Amino acid sequence: MPTASVLVAGGAAYIMPLSVASLNKARCRLIDMHYSAKVGHIGGNLSCLDAMMLIHHEYLGTNDRFILSKGHSAGALYVTLWSLGRLTDNDLDQFHQDDTLLAGHPPAKGIPDIRFATGSLGHGLSLAAGLALAARLQGASRRVFCLTSDGEWQEGSTLEAAIFSAHHRFNNLTILVDHNHLQGFGSTDAVASMNPLHERLAGLDFEIRVCDGHDLGSIRAALAPDRHRPLLVILNTIKGRGVPHFANTMESHYLPLTAEQYAGAMAQFEIESRHSPARVEEYAGAMAGSETDQ
Amino acid sequence: MRDALCRELVGRSGDERMVFLTGDLGFMALEPLRDAMGPRFINCGVAEQNMVSVAAALSYEGLEAWTYTIAPFCYARAFEQIRNDVCLHGLGVKLLANGGGYAYGVMGPTHHALEDYGILLTLPNMTAFVPAFTEDMSQTLERAGDLSGPAYIRLGRGEKPKGEVVPTYAPWRRLLDGHAGIMIAVGPLAGSAWGVLRQFDLASRPALWAVSELPIEANPPPSELTDALSRTRRLAVVEEHVAHGGVGQAMCRWVIEAGIGLDRFRHLHASDRPGSTYGSQVFLRRRSGLDPEGIALAAKTLAS
Repeated sequence: MPTASVLVAGGAAYIMPLSVASLNKARCRLIDMHYSAKVGHIGGNLSCLDAMMLIHHEYLGTNDRFILSKGHSAGALYVTLWSLGRLTDNDLDQFHQDDTLLAGHPPAKGIPDIRFATGSLGHGLSLAAGLALAARLQGASRRVFCLTSDGEWQEGSTLEAAIFSAHHRFNNLTILVDHNHLQGFGSTDAVASMNPLHERLAGLDFEIRVCDGHDLGSIRAALAPDRHRPLLVILNTIKGRGVPHFANTMESHYLPLTAEQYAGAMAQFEIESRHSPARVEEYAGAMAGSETDQ
Repeated sequence: MRDALCRELVGRSGDERMVFLTGDLGFMALEPLRDAMGPRFINCGVAEQNMVSVAAALSYEGLEAWTYTIAPFCYARAFEQIRNDVCLHGLGVKLLANGGGYAYGVMGPTHHALEDYGILLTLPNMTAFVPAFTEDMSQTLERAGDLSGPAYIRLGRGEKPKGEVVPTYAPWRRLLDGHAGIMIAVGPLAGSAWGVLRQFDLASRPALWAVSELPIEANPPPSELTDALSRTRRLAVVEEHVAHGGVGQAMCRWVIEAGIGLDRFRHLHASDRPGSTYGSQVFLRRRSGLDPEGIALAAKTLAS
């Protein structure tokens, strides 16, 4: 793993190596939080949790910025902040409750690590571009990360922001795409395909890298910043990753877990925690192979 | 107003926190500002949604972000960005909108801004500035720039009658005294109304007030106006904006809540439905009854 001093611009508030055990603990907490609240959107949370955890634990310094453009994965962000001690168990217990800050999409105010209320897709990349521009104008060395969904690249405003970012060659901007291939009412292939995404976006002046979004080593290798232009990392992921009979299904986008699915997921993550990272990655690869055929 | 705008912005541009974003507009108008600001003047291209969100993020980082485009491309095209990224976070982005009302005339309804401040004033902490005269630009920019929250600045063309001197800027200004009620004009139409009403004698014309800052809940009418309204019980509102969400409706609510009874009320506003043919701002105002004849008729109605 690269050292923090290489990877992190502007300080290192949270920097600590992310272990597979910690990641599985976060997955369990994410599942538990959603199951207790009886809410859905689990699929897109699990597909991006690995990258979000990695960035927050190993890359994000005090002065850096993270924007969750796919706001419907707010649960993954809350759990990531919990894993860093920035939110408590009591906080997470308020997820989706009345009078909570932990809504289904990130709140506008009240959680300092969350800078913008997102949820309507197509806003986050422009906000991230603005933060990158501000850093340039202010002579600050902060790095800006923006996590988008794959369906979000159908939004015109995302393309406006992409053109703007590429034109201004924001080399402090890293864009991540949670490429789980499923959107609200179908697959990204079936609805309004931008696939293969890395080829469609190749005309923009980005450094584009593709990685396995459930392989920490693969994500790390993709995250080294480009010196001259924005970095766009396409995370190949599985919606609902790790939940038996739920992963890579449309149901995982909307529906809460059944008791059986909940038990199956917790058991799965428990198994993964007890095995070596190599074994876990082998498992994840096998799972991806079997389920993308559905 | 655009030349005055550029002059005033150049004057402010010494502040290193100021960033100016344009949606690819400003040719033969904003070049001096571009030259003065260097890298802090950014042409965002034909991408207004992105421009507004970028401005929100700049404001979040402590910079003073001003955006500039044709009015409907701001409030209509980028409404969700204004709502979510600017207003939800209480960020002080300043939205400069050129061509309020029918200002773009024969360019057609895609370029008209007839529901702008009505829509935007539904958003939290939004202030809308509708300067009436070119002379207002300095104070408008200063007051908008001083706000911690967002502001929308609707720019038009000053219509000061020949020979008149514009009174010092204020959110509410009395332009003419009169005994036959109160006429409130929003923005540049105040100049047009001024030219009409000065031909009436004092007893047969309403007092003319220009309002330039909205909503009226944040800038309520001064006591001099409300006292006269209580006495005369006659009110006319003139605005280049549709009735819904306009100052006319807002004043109706305000007088009711203030316990002021009205015997007569006239609301001159932009037509709620676009016509089938196009024309100049003068033509379109006439079609909506916002021309000098329509204003004169409203004044006579109040006096009768």
